[in-house]
Amino acid sequence: MAQFFAYVQHADGVIEDTAAELAAAAKAMGADSVTAIVTGAGVDAAASAAGEFFNEVYKIDNEALAYPNAEVVRKAVAAVVPEGSVVLMSHGTFSMDMAPGLSVKTNSAYIADVTGIDGVDGSTLKVVRTELGGNVSTHVHADIANGAVITLRPGAVEPVAGGVGGAVADKTADAGDLSAKRKFIEVVTPEAGGVDITKAEILVSVGRGIEDEENIELAMELKEAIGSKAEVSCSRPIVDAKWLEHSRQVGTSGLTVKPNVYLALGISGSFQHLGGIKGGILIAVNKNPNAPIFQAADYGIEADILDFIPALTEKINDL
Amino acid sequence: MEILVCVKNVPDTGEEEIELDGNDLDYDELTYVVNEWDNYAVEEAIQIADKVGGNVTVVTVGDEEADEVLRREMAMGAGNAIHLEDEAFENSDAKGVATILKAAVDKGKYDLILTGAQADAGYGAVGGMLAAMLDYPYASLVNKIEAGDGKLTVGREIEGGNTEMNEIELPCVLSIQTGINEPRYVGIKGIKQVSGVDIPKFAASDLGLDESSVGEEGAIVKRQDYFIPEAGEGAEMLEGSDDEIIEKLIEILKANGGL
Repeated sequence: MAQFFAYVQHADGVIEDTAAELAAAAKAMGADSVTAIVTGAGVDAAASAAGEFFNEVYKIDNEALAYPNAEVVRKAVAAVVPEGSVVLMSHGTFSMDMAPGLSVKTNSAYIADVTGIDGVDGSTLKVVRTELGGNVSTHVHADIANGAVITLRPGAVEPVAGGVGGAVADKTADAGDLSAKRKFIEVVTPEAGGVDITKAEILVSVGRGIEDEENIELAMELKEAIGSKAEVSCSRPIVDAKWLEHSRQVGTSGLTVKPNVYLALGISGSFQHLGGIKGGILIAVNKNPNAPIFQAADYGIEADILDFIPALTEKINDL
Repeated sequence: MEILVCVKNVPDTGEEEIELDGNDLDYDELTYVVNEWDNYAVEEAIQIADKVGGNVTVVTVGDEEADEVLRREMAMGAGNAIHLEDEAFENSDAKGVATILKAAVDKGKYDLILTGAQADAGYGAVGGMLAAMLDYPYASLVNKIEAGDGKLTVGREIEGGNTEMNEIELPCVLSIQTGINEPRYVGIKGIKQVSGVDIPKFAASDLGLDESSVGEEGAIVKRQDYFIPEAGEGAEMLEGSDDEIIEKLIEILKANGGL
């Protein structure tokens, strides 16, 4: 049986909620014992917090790891895991930076953004993930005889309960050379835009289904009809196309919103987008009945938004 | 600066419902296009070359039909193209694709290698793997590039709409996020102009690759099928005539303080 590790991300001494999900995922893959890896500079608080969910915690404490520069962290992790290990990470912008290279350096299988775990049969790991923008799922088999690097979609599995009480082992001396040809400079936060979608009670949010820049006007008209409580927001493709400004983007790479009502119009519902919607009633309008948004929404309407939005606007104006 | 951009021919799924034929995609219903992220990567490469001088080469691992994607990117402004085509490459996993690309990189001399941040399978793996195989530094999800002397300043898109700024030495590999630029329009005329260009093709033997290290044989991660997951509880679907649906929606909006 391979040794199981989980790379635990943290900030300000607090570990991410996904840590307990990584422990659960390892268990679902048949792990008896799971070791957390915590890296950084001054990581005692995070390391002992990880002990809550893991049987053991490897701490790598070095000034070079103060900011999680993936190029440096990868070296540290590769140095402390034995050959043939399974390393789990939470799927996100950090894992995308670090995990593919780690799988090369550890000569192991790489499976990204796993949404379900069917189990292990011999050295074959069986998981579920999505393709084509989340519109279709696949069963994936991987030979993990030489180990694996697996990234898990946040929220994909039920987290384990705490109270494990794993002890912290200091592996700092084993991390080896932590020099890198990529240097972290700073994190730049976006300048506040003219609109603040986080304050709106109603969000009229448009996605790719709006099809054309001219049609953005339809969403603006609906917003006007609803009144001052409402604001127009959008999903990533609309900002990429420069049809709306970044300050209106909802999702993990945009803003997190908590309106009373979120009206998702022509938004397919990628997990990155859904990750930005916290609370409130989610109403989805989409012409694709299999759109993932309908799994997350409270109410769904199968319709072409280009017909639906003007009809709704007209009805509201007539009230 | 010599820039290589890795591009891929992918199914155009858009916003339409995906049709399955049993446990596979219904290929009759699919049209193929260049991976959306790759267009941004090619545009970025062209802009860098225009600014600091240099050449842009596009490369793909793909069957005969992937030729169209290379020509499209040449019509955008890439000066050269390389087509890596061999039956032995079929059904490669991400590591297989990175292995093939590495062999092609080794035949040239590039200062900067770009990929899209992800493609149809959603692994987002090839760029990071290629960098690790080459022992080049890597940065993913790049949404800003400024060329300097022997290095680049790059922004990475991270959570919360924030940008992580890094300095990275050349040669390096970057994966490009959508929105970094506005990819230029490619007209039919532009495509026609490059339709006669001879695009060099390389097979496994040309690249000195052991066929068993790539393709189906070399793959350790294998997709078994495609399926549409059983719908869970999901949303309460509002049904009826258009008017009835809108009435119901207005009631829900009123009940939740929306109107």
